[in-house]
Amino acid sequence: MSMPFYVPPEQLTKDRADFARKGIARGRPIIVIEYTDGVLLIGENPSGSLHKTSEIYDRIAFAGVGRFNEFEMLRVAGIRYADLKGYSYERADVTAKGLANAYAQTLGQIFTHEMKPYEIEVMIAEVGAESGTTEIYRIQYDGTLRDVRGSGAMGGMEDALTERLESALEGIPDLATAVRVATEAIEAVLEAEVAANDWEAAVLDRTLGRRKFRRLTADEITTFRTP
Amino acid sequence: MSESPLWHGDLVPLDTISPGSSFLSLLEARGLVPTWVISAGEGSIQAPEATTVLAIRHDDGVVMAGDRRATAGNIIAHSRVKKVFPADEYSAVAISGTAGMAIELTKVFQTELEHYEKIEGTRLSLEGKANYLARMVRGNLPMAFQGLGVVPLFCGYDEASGVGRLYTFDVVGGRYEEQDYAATGSGGAEAKSFIKGAFQPGLSEERTIEIAIEALVAAAEEDAATGGPDLHRGIYPNVVTINSEGIIELEDDRVAGVASRVMGGRP
Repeated sequence: MSMPFYVPPEQLTKDRADFARKGIARGRPIIVIEYTDGVLLIGENPSGSLHKTSEIYDRIAFAGVGRFNEFEMLRVAGIRYADLKGYSYERADVTAKGLANAYAQTLGQIFTHEMKPYEIEVMIAEVGAESGTTEIYRIQYDGTLRDVRGSGAMGGMEDALTERLESALEGIPDLATAVRVATEAIEAVLEAEVAANDWEAAVLDRTLGRRKFRRLTADEITTFRTP
Repeated sequence: MSESPLWHGDLVPLDTISPGSSFLSLLEARGLVPTWVISAGEGSIQAPEATTVLAIRHDDGVVMAGDRRATAGNIIAHSRVKKVFPADEYSAVAISGTAGMAIELTKVFQTELEHYEKIEGTRLSLEGKANYLARMVRGNLPMAFQGLGVVPLFCGYDEASGVGRLYTFDVVGGRYEEQDYAATGSGGAEAKSFIKGAFQPGLSEERTIEIAIEALVAAAEEDAATGGPDLHRGIYPNVVTINSEGIIELEDDRVAGVASRVMGGRP
C-alpha cells in the first residue's frame, strides 16, 4: 500500500485557491453598478442563450463568472432556494442576504470537500424600495462573502476594471451613464470593440412591477452608449 | 420531511436527484408537497366552497371574472374571497370547489410557472400550462372522493398563435379546450346560459367585461351561493383581462362603474 505524501494544509489551500483563481481569471468579466432606479449587470457574452445574469426572485438578480456549468448549478439552486422560501413563508421574506449566505456556505464546503474547487465567482444584487437601499454581495470560489458598495467587477482583469469604474463613477449614475461607463471599461481592458449584440445586460429596475428583473436589448444598449 | 433549505445558515443544496425545472417536483423531492390527510370513516367535513367563475373570449384575448362569495352549506363563509388569479404575465386561473385547497393549488401553480420561466429562460406554452394544471387537478383526485374537489378554469393569451384560449377541467384531471366561453361553480350553468344569449363573434374587450359582470349578476339572482356585486358594501367581482400586452387585474373602481351600469342602478 502506498502512503500518500504529507501535504500541509496551508499548501493545500493555497494550491486550490491558485487553481480556482486561474480558472476565473480566464473568463470574461461581469460588471455590476448601482444606478438611480436600480442595479445594472453587464458583461460581454456573445452567446444569446447561455446567460451569465439571471432573475432569481422579485427583487433579486444573479451574475456569475467562470465555468458556466458550475455557476449555472448555483443559479438554479438559488432559484429553488428562493421559490421554496417565498412559497413557504411570504415573498417579502426572500432576501439577497439570506441567499448570499447560503451560497457562501455551499462554495465554502465545495472548496474544502470536493475534488476540485469551483472556478467561479457570483454576485447577488437586491434592489430596495428607494435609491441607496440596494444590496450587492459577492461570493468567491472559497466561500468568502463580501459586500459591494456602488459598483464592482469580477472575472478576468477585474483589478483594471475596478480601477476604471472607481475613477469614472461619481455617486450614483443614471442608467445611460452606468451602461456607458461599464461598456467603455470592458472595451478598454479587452482592447477591442464589442458589437452591440455581444453585450449581455440586465437590470433590476425598481420602477417595474413585482418582478424587477429585465434584460436590456442590443438597441437599448446602443442608444445608451450614444452620447 | 427531508432536508429543508429554509433555515438561516443552511447552504443552498445542490440536488443530487434533479427535480428539473418543475417546482412541484422540487416540493416532492424535499417532501414539502401540501397534503391533506383524511382517514376513512371520519365523517364529512364542510370546508368553504368557492362558487361562480367564468371566462369569455373576444377578438383580442380573454376576460375572466369571478364572484366573491364562499359558502359552507347554507352559511356565507366569506364575502370577499378572491377567486381569479393571474397565473403569469399571459394567463389566469379561476377556482371553484373547496376554497382552501383551490387557493393552495393556485399558489403552487403560479410558482410553478415562474419557476420554470426563470430556470429555463423561457415561458411554457399556453397548452403546456393547461396540461400541467390538469396534472395538478388529477393529483387532487383522492380528496375529490371526500367531497373536497377543486375545479379550476384556465385562460390565457397564446403568444405563439396570437389568440386568447380557454380551458375547463373536471375533478379527474380531464382538460377541455372551450371555444368562446366557459363557466364553472354552483352558478356556472346560469352564467353560461346568460353568456350564450349575449355572446357574439367580434366582441370588444369593453363589451366582454360588461357581459362577464352581467353574467355574474344573473348567476347571483338564481344561485344563493353566488354573490352579486354589492354596491353598498363595495364588494365587486374580480375581473382580469388578458391580451397581447399581458394581464391586467381591473381596479375596483372600474368594475364598480360597469357593475352599477349593467345593474341599472339596482342595489
